[in-house]
Amino acid sequence: MIEARHLTKTFRDKKRGEIRAADDISFRVEPGQIYGLLGANGAGKTTTLRLLATLLQPTSGSATIAGFDVVRDAQQVRANVGFLAASTALYGRLTAREMIAYFGQLNGLSDADIRARTKRIADELDMHEFLDRRCEKFSTGMKQKTSLARTLIHDPAVMIFDEPTLGLDVMTARAIVKFVRECRNRGKTVIYSTHVMSEVEKLCDTIGIIHDGKLLAEGTLAGLRAAHGEQDMEEIFVKIVGGDDAP
Amino acid sequence: MNWKIICTVYLKELKDSLRDRRTLISIIVVPTLVMPLMTFGFGTIASKVINQAREETPTVVILDGADSPGVVARLQESKAVKVVAATEDWKQRIADKKIRAAVRIPAGFEAGLKGGAAPPVMIYHYEGELKSKFGVDGLEQFFRELRERTVTERLAEKALPATLVKPFEFRRENVAPPEKVGGNLIGGIVPYLIIILCFTGAMYPAMDLTAGEKERGTMETLLCSPVARGDIVFGKFLLVLSGSLSAMGFMLISMGTTALVAGAMFAGGGAAKMAQAVGPAKAAANPLLPMIDPLGLVGVLAMVLPVAVLFAAVALTISLFAKSYKEAQSYLAPLMIVIIMPAVIGILPGIDLNARLALVPLLNLSLVCREMLSGVWHWNYIAIIFGSSCVYAAVALWLAVKTFNREDVIFRA
Repeated sequence: MIEARHLTKTFRDKKRGEIRAADDISFRVEPGQIYGLLGANGAGKTTTLRLLATLLQPTSGSATIAGFDVVRDAQQVRANVGFLAASTALYGRLTAREMIAYFGQLNGLSDADIRARTKRIADELDMHEFLDRRCEKFSTGMKQKTSLARTLIHDPAVMIFDEPTLGLDVMTARAIVKFVRECRNRGKTVIYSTHVMSEVEKLCDTIGIIHDGKLLAEGTLAGLRAAHGEQDMEEIFVKIVGGDDAP
Repeated sequence: MNWKIICTVYLKELKDSLRDRRTLISIIVVPTLVMPLMTFGFGTIASKVINQAREETPTVVILDGADSPGVVARLQESKAVKVVAATEDWKQRIADKKIRAAVRIPAGFEAGLKGGAAPPVMIYHYEGELKSKFGVDGLEQFFRELRERTVTERLAEKALPATLVKPFEFRRENVAPPEKVGGNLIGGIVPYLIIILCFTGAMYPAMDLTAGEKERGTMETLLCSPVARGDIVFGKFLLVLSGSLSAMGFMLISMGTTALVAGAMFAGGGAAKMAQAVGPAKAAANPLLPMIDPLGLVGVLAMVLPVAVLFAAVALTISLFAKSYKEAQSYLAPLMIVIIMPAVIGILPGIDLNARLALVPLLNLSLVCREMLSGVWHWNYIAIIFGSSCVYAAVALWLAVKTFNREDVIFRA
């Protein structure tokens, strides 16, 4: 379970002064649910997710993940989170197997555990063919699969995806979306950020629209459609972000 | 501190670095090659040039001296110089290095020698030119001998003993043990090389493990694992330290090998011909290489350890600020000059260790290493230097951990 309460993060910038990258953000995600964080570039999605993954510390407000506080129990939070972002790359000079094993070790797994889990995940994602090759020579799809395996090796209860389909071709992106859905079906708590409207429509149980660091609207797809009198997600988004008639 | 995690991070970084060509070059290839290249490359060329100049008999011209045929004839027979015909433009010819020196024998010189005082002989040379100096040396020696012979002859005429003007002789003899001579000669250059290689050995892994990780996007991946950041930075630090120490280790091994090979080549009985061919200067200089105090070398290693820690921590901290490998390079390259300066000052003759200099990082190392390699042990200074180096190293390491915990540094956009 994820619960964010009034999460706020401010940065200092020499030119622009104080920037509120995340401004009083509160939401809740239950196990078996996918929460979609929809926003334009620079809206505050990445900052919010980095706060949840304890990569950044909130200026004010708090959040708990699987019952652990992101500030006080940061290490336990990370032990329960699988974090996958467009910016989380692989070690090019390691093989896929070494990469996965390294993160297994960092998560305190035994060698036997790591072997068994690597085999299972490689079966699921069809990775055996390139498991012992170095990551630097991988195609985007192979990289993405290895990254997924890395996030899954410690079997976290909460999955955080930050624009995981950014820059991927259609087939690879579809595979990721399918995988995220499987995570939910296995009862994991999932939060998924994107600026692609169609992905949100297809995937998310609850949608939060974020703009300028603020969470402007939240609801199910049906709920948002009803509230704004539009069927198309893009129209709803523009209404909320650009118009004064947003609730 | 979780040593299992630190170990995991270290082993992974080790594997990663050993697959990186840039790191391998800086911690293995360069340190291994630097000593042999310096000894055999630079040393051989330098001694060849000097010996060539020495073997060549310097050409000189004699000006005037028409009424001193005896002196001119003897000078022409002299083996130290080769007399050629004088021309009007002799000054220009010295400048053009066609001839090395000129000597003016004044009118009435030989008559003066027989009678009373002879007018002074003038030697013209080209200041600062090695071959011109050899010409002057030859001429000066000739006239010194001439003067002495004249004195002896005059004394003999008056039936006075030669000891009248030369009541005693004096000689000098070296009593410094060979390792002290060696320690003083190469004691300066060894710490200098150690300091530089320690730093370059730390530099490349430090950049690769921080700025390089940021650039490749693996830093964020690593940070979302459930380990304390202090453990990560410590594992990384240990690898950077290993790089630094291994650079030094490879340099010392290669230096030892070079010294043995060079010693055998230039001083060995079977290779005496070779030594002769290369010249006496080379043969005399090389046996000094292995003649540094081996215990001193152990001392040097112990003193270098905290400095290697300091380098590793500083290189790590500074490259953490950089967003890319290139940016890190532009920060660390100028730092190299800052590090070379105290090391160079340590080579200068005449600077001796004192309590204040013992607190100056790097300079103190460079000075104490020179002392230890020549078998001098000032325990009080050694204690101050080791202690202060440890303090500097601890501060730098603390700073590295602090920096790694700063999110504005790690996620600098």
